[in-house]
Amino acid sequence: MTEMMSVADHGRRVLLRRFAAGATVAVLVPVLRARRAGATEPTVSIDNFTFSPTPLTIAPGATVTWVNQDDIPHSIYCQSLNLRSHPMDTSESFAHRFDQPGTFDYICGIHPHMRGRIVVQG
Amino acid sequence: MPSEMTIDRRTALRCMSWAGTAMVWTVAGGIPRARLVGCAEAATKSFSFVQISDSHLGFDKPANPHTTDTLQQALAQVRGLPDRPAFMIHTGDISHLSKPAQFDTCQQMMGATGLAAYTVPGEHDILEEDGKSYLNRFGKGAKGDGWYSFDAGGMHFIGLVNVVNLKGNGLGDLGQEQLEWLEDDVADLSASTPIVVMAHVPLWTVYEPWGWGTADGAQALGYLKRFGSVTVLNGHIHQVMQKIEGHVAFHTARSTAFPQPAPGTAKGPGPMAVPAGELGRRLGIARVSLVSTTAPLAILDTPLI
Repeated sequence: MTEMMSVADHGRRVLLRRFAAGATVAVLVPVLRARRAGATEPTVSIDNFTFSPTPLTIAPGATVTWVNQDDIPHSIYCQSLNLRSHPMDTSESFAHRFDQPGTFDYICGIHPHMRGRIVVQG
Repeated sequence: MPSEMTIDRRTALRCMSWAGTAMVWTVAGGIPRARLVGCAEAATKSFSFVQISDSHLGFDKPANPHTTDTLQQALAQVRGLPDRPAFMIHTGDISHLSKPAQFDTCQQMMGATGLAAYTVPGEHDILEEDGKSYLNRFGKGAKGDGWYSFDAGGMHFIGLVNVVNLKGNGLGDLGQEQLEWLEDDVADLSASTPIVVMAHVPLWTVYEPWGWGTADGAQALGYLKRFGSVTVLNGHIHQVMQKIEGHVAFHTARSTAFPQPAPGTAKGPGPMAVPAGELGRRLGIARVSLVSTTAPLAILDTPLI
């Protein structure tokens, strides 16, 4: 890395700066959202075609917020709850309140190889 | 495979010089078809058509903030072809978010080439109104979720939809109704009719962990087994991949918008940012020519730069 930096030309520096700026934004978004939603409201981040964290264990009555941090739209589809979100573009989110205890598997309605699980424990 | 590699260095160089660039891909399920393309080029005023794919109009992220410009570049390349193709096909993900403006822009741009355009939807084209926004514009005369067939240049073309009702197994899906239609559609055709199948998600399994395949694709291909020449044209994975199985040549096209990583080489199949100046080499069009042999159609992929 040091070697790379020593030969870095202007273009690369610009790219690195942009990358650093992008990374900062990506990290800040969920933090801000979590604060706004309150500490007890769990968030699932969608990054690189992956739901995280999964499985996510919550208490009944909690609202889960999914935030899309990919450059590609994603959606949430939970067949057992007949729950279907709108397509979330980059940095858009979707929230759902889970009242009943149980294990709820969901997928991305656009990329069904993406799987996630919410466990509601009373 | 080694026995098929009959192309020699001289022929390869000739192909390259004809193409004017070392970056031209000449593929049709393998090198022999690349040779056919070279031979066919000099001789043909034969039937040909062009494939574009995955224009993702509306996408504006760093991997390519100018998807309209790169589509324009691809279409300029189509207009510049020495032999005018019969028509154009678009193998899906016309839009990024199924917005009317995104569809309209693409439709106008394709229309400006003066070529008829045949499309199949990608998963990005059916995000709104249960796909009606796509069907109202591109689905005239189509059945079900937008599947159809037509004849041109002595070939039978079939447009399939494998992006609706995606199942939890992660793969594309055609569904029973469409499969039955397909079986019926080809039932009366002579086995010597060349068949061209278009669908967005690859009908063969390219990489299952990323959902790059169609769960019931094998059943569809089963109905086409008796035909002497079947060419399957897909998009979705934003890179050229091809294989040949019996009389069936599978081919995926480049995107006109942004490249995606090779299977398994990244955490996920998202847009891949490439160094400035390199994007055009990762995007492009495919031109398909009918040549009179028993082999599948010849396909020539051309990058934008």
